Amino acid sequence: MRRVVITGAGTINPLGHSVDATLEAFREGRCGIGPLDIRDVDRLAIRIGGQVREYDADARFNRQQQALYDRFTQFTLIAAEEAIRQSGLTFSGELAAEAGVVLGTSGGGLNTQDENYRAVYEEGKNRVHPFIVPKLMNNAAASHVSMTHNLKGPSFTVATACASSNHAMGQAFWLVRSGAARAMITGGSESMLCFGGVKAWEGLRVMSRDACRPFSANRNGMVQGEGAGVFVFEEYEHAKKRGAEILAEIVGFSMSSDASDIVMPSQQGAARAIQGALRDARLSPDQVGYINAHGTGTAANDKTECAAVANVFGASADDVMISSTKSMHGHLIGGTGAVELLACIMALRDGVIAPTIGYEEPDPECALDVVPNEAREAKVDFTLSNAFAFGGLNAVLALGRAP
Amino acid sequence: MSKETRERVRAIIAEQAVLEPSDVSEDQTLDDLGIDSMGLVEAIFAIEEEFDIQVPFNANEPEKSDFDISSVAAVMAAVERLVKEQKG
Repeated sequence: MRRVVITGAGTINPLGHSVDATLEAFREGRCGIGPLDIRDVDRLAIRIGGQVREYDADARFNRQQQALYDRFTQFTLIAAEEAIRQSGLTFSGELAAEAGVVLGTSGGGLNTQDENYRAVYEEGKNRVHPFIVPKLMNNAAASHVSMTHNLKGPSFTVATACASSNHAMGQAFWLVRSGAARAMITGGSESMLCFGGVKAWEGLRVMSRDACRPFSANRNGMVQGEGAGVFVFEEYEHAKKRGAEILAEIVGFSMSSDASDIVMPSQQGAARAIQGALRDARLSPDQVGYINAHGTGTAANDKTECAAVANVFGASADDVMISSTKSMHGHLIGGTGAVELLACIMALRDGVIAPTIGYEEPDPECALDVVPNEAREAKVDFTLSNAFAFGGLNAVLALGRAP
Repeated sequence: MSKETRERVRAIIAEQAVLEPSDVSEDQTLDDLGIDSMGLVEAIFAIEEEFDIQVPFNANEPEKSDFDISSVAAVMAAVERLVKEQKG
């Protein structure tokens, strides 16, 4: 089995338009959640979200490109550009054939669907733009990354709701580890902050109207965000030979299914995924210094997740740090695990643990070290990144420091 | 009017519980009736549609929501109050 390392990272999210800006916000515990600025917001009960601010699509993409790129595709291309530039790889010849792209998204081109349903239903138009289908399809982002960067190997899109990007990165990890690919572009993207997207979430009555406060006793729900995170996963010997800068190593991955409820999380399902990632990485719990939590800020997730971690970690549960950066960027649904992986890289490479901000009251059901409100310096050898989706589909990645 | 409101609420709860309205008594809790968290959210949606009102309810903090769901009678009373406030 080959070793797999990360040699490039890119992002655009509510905290910034680059990895550097995002890590700075993590260190400062800055919040990117604010009043939603979208059409018909006055008809919504939930009016906050983690929007990508100061974003000018015209400055990034020409008119023909925008006719084909939904907002989630635009975010993906911006993040992929940054990641691939950092890696220093150019894809041609043999390497192009051995490199692919696996990305996660839940809603795909939801803005495109929303705008065009509005056009035909509300405005009574009888005609839509010819490229609506290739613009809204869930694999549009993966395909455009493949076309833009000449990636001709295994490429597809993974949709497992809130775990999409962790599942995607897990597949990319396996493809490189097994030798089926030399390098993979992977991560995820989401852009659901449109009237129809938020209206649908309102219906579940799990959204907060004021803030995302994971693990805090007074938490009152999730806050949605948008954006993308994209990485270059590369075979270690290949990266070493060309002298690439290595950000971190992917050391393990595991998936599980709760097989129980379409929305309520299961402690056993989460615990099996965490346990599986440790086993795959041949780690014992005491070697893990930091866990990037799924930590949605809902009553149900946070207590279930803490119980699962406590169960798997046993006595080591008191020593591990666990934080939810969703408190800062919101829940990026199918893109969330990718942006959150940046917190694992920051912990391993920079020795800085991103905080859980908005933490106000201890909850006895979440009695772990949740790194409340302020970032912390700590030397960490291994980290986990959790994602637990609606539908009971769980995916956990294990990372280690650059070899 | 009030009796009619209560009976309409009873019918909505009965539908979620897969029971006849006559089998739903006011002192029962939603738990007694086998209505889980998803059934509750569906019942609230049905109430909002039926009475054209907004029901303040957050599944993360049901006890803090200004909508008492502790029994069938409590839900009926809460709906009566909301109808009066929002449609009166």
